[in-house]
Amino acid sequence: MHIHISTQDGVPIYLQIVRQVKHQIASGILVSGQELPSIRDLAEKLLVNPNTVARAYRELETVGLVEKRRTAGTFVAEGLSPLARREKLRMLSERMDGLLAEAHQMQVPLSDLIDLLNQRAKAFPQNSSIQNPENHAS
Amino acid sequence: MNQPILEIRDLKRNFGKKIALDGVSLSIPTGGVFGLIGGNGAGKTTLLKHTLGLLSAQSGSVRIFGLDPVADPVGALSRIGYLSENRDLPDWMRIHQLISYTRAFYPNWDPEYAETLRRDFELDPNAFVKTLSRGQRARAGLLVALAHRPDLLILDEPSSGLDPVVRRDILGAIIRTIADEGRTVLFSSHLLDEVERVADRIAILHQGRIQLCAPMEQVRSGHKRVQLRLSSSVSHFPPGGIWIGGEGSRHDWSMVAEAEIEAIREAVSLLNADILSIEPMSLDDIFVARTAGKALVAGGKS
Repeated sequence: MHIHISTQDGVPIYLQIVRQVKHQIASGILVSGQELPSIRDLAEKLLVNPNTVARAYRELETVGLVEKRRTAGTFVAEGLSPLARREKLRMLSERMDGLLAEAHQMQVPLSDLIDLLNQRAKAFPQNSSIQNPENHAS
Repeated sequence: MNQPILEIRDLKRNFGKKIALDGVSLSIPTGGVFGLIGGNGAGKTTLLKHTLGLLSAQSGSVRIFGLDPVADPVGALSRIGYLSENRDLPDWMRIHQLISYTRAFYPNWDPEYAETLRRDFELDPNAFVKTLSRGQRARAGLLVALAHRPDLLILDEPSSGLDPVVRRDILGAIIRTIADEGRTVLFSSHLLDEVERVADRIAILHQGRIQLCAPMEQVRSGHKRVQLRLSSSVSHFPPGGIWIGGEGSRHDWSMVAEAEIEAIREAVSLLNADILSIEPMSLDDIFVARTAGKALVAGGKS
């Protein structure tokens, strides 16, 4: 599991882990039943406090994306698809909030922003990665 | 949590006319990583030396494991692993001599662990300490600080002047130390990136005083950068309140607030201003605001 931590942008480290794991589940890089690294191993690999990793795992467990199995470890939860879709939309909403705030700051009206989004979508290479990766539930 | 591993009360220390510690009080809980941050000359090393009993308190008190480290150095030091800023090690010894020499001081020395560390750190047992590179010297210092599995690991600027590979070893050692139940790490640093990664709690020491001492998460969530636009032009931002620093001119100001979002909105509406954005801050920015931004609020808080 590859996770990149940055301490420059002010996002708490546990949240960076949560978001990237969510992202990897949503995009099918992590699949149902797959085991996540132990808290200690991930902490050593990322060079972050083990409590931070534990907090991220707890958060992921609370929203049902991962499950702890007694004596075993932490696994990506089974049968995730509907939740994954909701998570995807929520992740996109978060990104959009940032975009809206930035547009507001630059005094770009919403209608211009929507036009721009449509323009960009047309320019986007259609057949590459924008397909929906939802059908991995097997 | 549980009782503090280190309790410092109103500690003062002068060197001649220079005030190094100006009434420091600090309580460090058992377990976890405590990061002591401050610029050069802030008093970090002086503070750490008091916790080790290398300096005795001119006034105030220091208790480590509930003991006075000056009165009971054996009781205190046998449970501490210490890596000094200068990594003062006996230059004339070979690595294997350094290991057996240090071992004699610690009843809890774990020879297998020492050997594991020596191999991991690629230290040649026959090399003289004097001939080691900076990085290898830091690793040797870390080995002798860790191999008795201390209850408290104290590291003074452990990464300063080291390349990224050795810094990884040091951060890894900190993480492994606390991953073992109940152990505590106290480290000083001015590399805020690593403090942010590994510390549960931090204290900012500035000009011999503790400016801030809190859990990392609270420090992070409690500070925000607020861009705002005032309805009327001012030459100085009204000081005090939630604002601990900032800059700007006329209508446009970029301010650092120590408050939750609600309180920020309230303060801004009282100023008759618009919020352009509220952003989280990195520990780096928070540190600069807490130490360099003092002048701006000097009249406000006293």
